[in-house]
Amino acid sequence: MSIRVLINGVEKDLDVDPEMPLLWALRDVLALTGTKYGCGQALCGACTVHLDGQVVRACVTPMRRAEGRSVTTIEGLSPDGSHPLQKAWVDLGVPQCGFCQAGQIMTAAALLAKKPKPTDAEIDQSLSGNLCRCGTYTRIRAAVKKAAGQPEE
Amino acid sequence: MNRLSHPWRPPILCGWSSALVLLAALGCSKPAPEPTSRLSDVLPQAAPHELRAVEAFNIITDRADRSRALFLEASRVLLHPRCANCHPDGDSPYQGSQWAPHDPPVVRGPEDRGVVGMECTSCHQDKNLELARVPGAPGWHLAPRSMAWVGRTPRQICEQLKDPSRNGGKTLAQIVEHNAHDELVGWGWKPGWDREPAPGTQESFGAIVAAWAETGAECPSEEARP
Repeated sequence: MSIRVLINGVEKDLDVDPEMPLLWALRDVLALTGTKYGCGQALCGACTVHLDGQVVRACVTPMRRAEGRSVTTIEGLSPDGSHPLQKAWVDLGVPQCGFCQAGQIMTAAALLAKKPKPTDAEIDQSLSGNLCRCGTYTRIRAAVKKAAGQPEE
Repeated sequence: MNRLSHPWRPPILCGWSSALVLLAALGCSKPAPEPTSRLSDVLPQAAPHELRAVEAFNIITDRADRSRALFLEASRVLLHPRCANCHPDGDSPYQGSQWAPHDPPVVRGPEDRGVVGMECTSCHQDKNLELARVPGAPGWHLAPRSMAWVGRTPRQICEQLKDPSRNGGKTLAQIVEHNAHDELVGWGWKPGWDREPAPGTQESFGAIVAAWAETGAECPSEEARP
């Protein structure tokens, strides 16, 4: 069965099982490996992408849900890594091992799109489903505030 | 002894006892308050995973008392974790069978569907995911605060259900329909991966709620428990 989906602005017809997780299609079919496989149970946030602008965990989102809709991955957040969050991430040296960071940035991007000046509490609530085993949370929050043009502390 | 509507009542209000003449006579003659009886005192026993059939309640001849008993039976479903976990007493749902906080931590947000980045449907799909063990059903979301059930008595829930200002503006007929056929409600009996379903079936629960409405939608006493 062919499923038509817009991936980072490019229309794709994918011959995949409708129940295949979106993450499998991204990584194994389209070779978009920026989105990570973490827990496979929607518990860690490493696979976070946008579906029509809404945050979803790609590891539990079946391809049939994405049919006819727009998917944005970390590769499509900006054409050249110039999204304010990406720049802030680099400026503050946020990542340690880096495995969770694509998911963190994608959730933060959805937050800033809806709340350009989020409070600390709003940042914490929105990012509470994105785990970082290295514990870079304070730098993540500072980078989100920097990208929002707010004082970092 | 066999009263579901109040721990004790003046003799003139002993309609609930009318089906059991001897017990009624004893109950009406006692002036002192007595412990509130439970459904199992007057109705056939029901296993924890079963609901009694509507016909079983016909032994209660007083219509209002039968209505109260029917609601108590319905409350076994309403207060079951499969249902009450998402009718929380605060801004976050519970999970499991022991009122554990939802993990990862989530909040209801302005429309009871989470906040940006942590919407309910960021993770929950339109059906259960057996391998990932994530529960799902169409329209997954939290009940509004006005419909909180956790920590409430059956009577308090009954009054909430009937109050259009707290039930989403629903009529009794719409409440019956919602309970009998709504897909998200129905998830309670098809919860997937190792989760204990609510008692009975959606069909039998819908019949209990319909019978409660048809008998006057009476609410049990504050002390009454199923």
